[in-house]
Amino acid sequence: MGLLQTRNLTAHYGDFQALFGVDIELGEAETVAIIGANGAGKTTLMRSIAGVLQNDASAVSFDDKAIGSQPADEIMALGVAMVPEGRKLFPSLTVEENLLIGTYGRKTSGHWTLDTVYDLFPILAERRHTPGTALSGGQQQMVAIGRALMSNPRVLLCDEISLGLAPVVIKDIYKAIPQIKAAGASTIVVEQDIAQAMAVADRVYCMMEGRVTLSGTPDSLSRDDIHNAYFGASH
Amino acid sequence: MIWVDTIIQGILLGGLYALFAAGLSLVFGIMRLVNLAQGDLIVMGAYLILVLVTLLGLSPFLAVFIAMPLMFALGWVLQKFLLNRTLGDDILPPLLVTFGLSIALQNALLEGFSADSQRLPTNALTTASVDVGPVTLGVMPLLTFASAVLVIVVLNQLFYRTELGRAFRATSDDATTASLMGIKPTNIFATATGIALVIVTIAALYLGLRANFDPNIGPARLIYAFEAVIIGGLGSLWGTLLGGIIIGVAQTVGAAINPEWQILAGHIAFLVVLLVRPRGLFPRAND
Repeated sequence: MGLLQTRNLTAHYGDFQALFGVDIELGEAETVAIIGANGAGKTTLMRSIAGVLQNDASAVSFDDKAIGSQPADEIMALGVAMVPEGRKLFPSLTVEENLLIGTYGRKTSGHWTLDTVYDLFPILAERRHTPGTALSGGQQQMVAIGRALMSNPRVLLCDEISLGLAPVVIKDIYKAIPQIKAAGASTIVVEQDIAQAMAVADRVYCMMEGRVTLSGTPDSLSRDDIHNAYFGASH
Repeated sequence: MIWVDTIIQGILLGGLYALFAAGLSLVFGIMRLVNLAQGDLIVMGAYLILVLVTLLGLSPFLAVFIAMPLMFALGWVLQKFLLNRTLGDDILPPLLVTFGLSIALQNALLEGFSADSQRLPTNALTTASVDVGPVTLGVMPLLTFASAVLVIVVLNQLFYRTELGRAFRATSDDATTASLMGIKPTNIFATATGIALVIVTIAALYLGLRANFDPNIGPARLIYAFEAVIIGGLGSLWGTLLGGIIIGVAQTVGAAINPEWQILAGHIAFLVVLLVRPRGLFPRAND
């Protein structure tokens, strides 16, 4: 059994069904990437795991406990932290306060503290007293990642951390992933950039139209397999 | 010299209005909820202090410390089980529910305490005064103003120096993302309303010591509180204090010119500020 898994996970926005029975699994100390086009259901999947969207209890399990129906604050307290799509920093808080609030619901001693987050992203130490939203997009993304790390999560969910950023900045941010892994977190990265996802992940799931269409280790998947899983076989 | 006296009395009166308004400002700042029952909750607080004074034979200044935790609990429960259900994209439900609460409170107080005017028992302190240079200041107005400043200072420290304050600001910015930090927004809102009712209790103490009160005077207090909050800029605590002072000074100056103008002058000052600065004196940047 893995650390975190979804079983036949479905999700709806009103009448619209966004996920149709998704099964994924994340092992201890593993990095899993979820790729897929816009609208494939990747973000919905992250929001369902994090508890922003609630499901049947049995649809998501963490550490052998059914958590699918628990609200976000309780799931965070168990050790599942999310870097939400679009960064979502708190505009009323400084960079440092944004980081500190990451520990609100879960205070554990672990590798990640203000100091180690500043070591990971040194630019944030210089900007610690500026409002979070006054930073560049890449720096904001670093704050969002740091904020999630502050609770020393056992599972880190990263939703589109490269969205809207320059390639050189994306490289900087992805450099942090091995360190995050070394510090003991298992990670799910949602990514539209297939090459980036392949480079960082132990295993990859590809989603299309609310379903997992392909999964495997990066070296076992051919370009054609991915192309078909990404866009559908008929394209 | 009479003018200096008038203006200083007005500033001190502004402290009372700021106390009426601080709870309103706090709650609006955090959850965009306009509590139309604020004035009636102040009156209810005054009756609670009166009951404690009568039953336990305490001084009102001691009774207020027993009333504060009771009012905190009431605010917490009120928010958690009633007002939280009204929050959402639509601004109408909280207005309707707090308006209904206002009417229910007034009638419950009328039922329980009759329409007779009441007053908290005064002692030597409440009528004492001090001479400061050419003007004579009442100890009570000075105490009221000092309490208002203290409340604003403590609230600001709470907001900007504590973990709870960070959670208040984060939840106000974005409740969904706040829940990803382990914050339960409904509990944060309940705590905020609890704190607002602690301030209401302090306001109630000075209301009850300063003048008579009866179950129907709540809505008039609400208007002053509203005006103070709006003059100051929605959600700004120091702005609320300044707003209270502007209304207080306008009222005493108006009354000095002609006693009939006291209330009117306060409302006119409010309208003038709205004309010149429609968003108030210290509007928040990200609203």
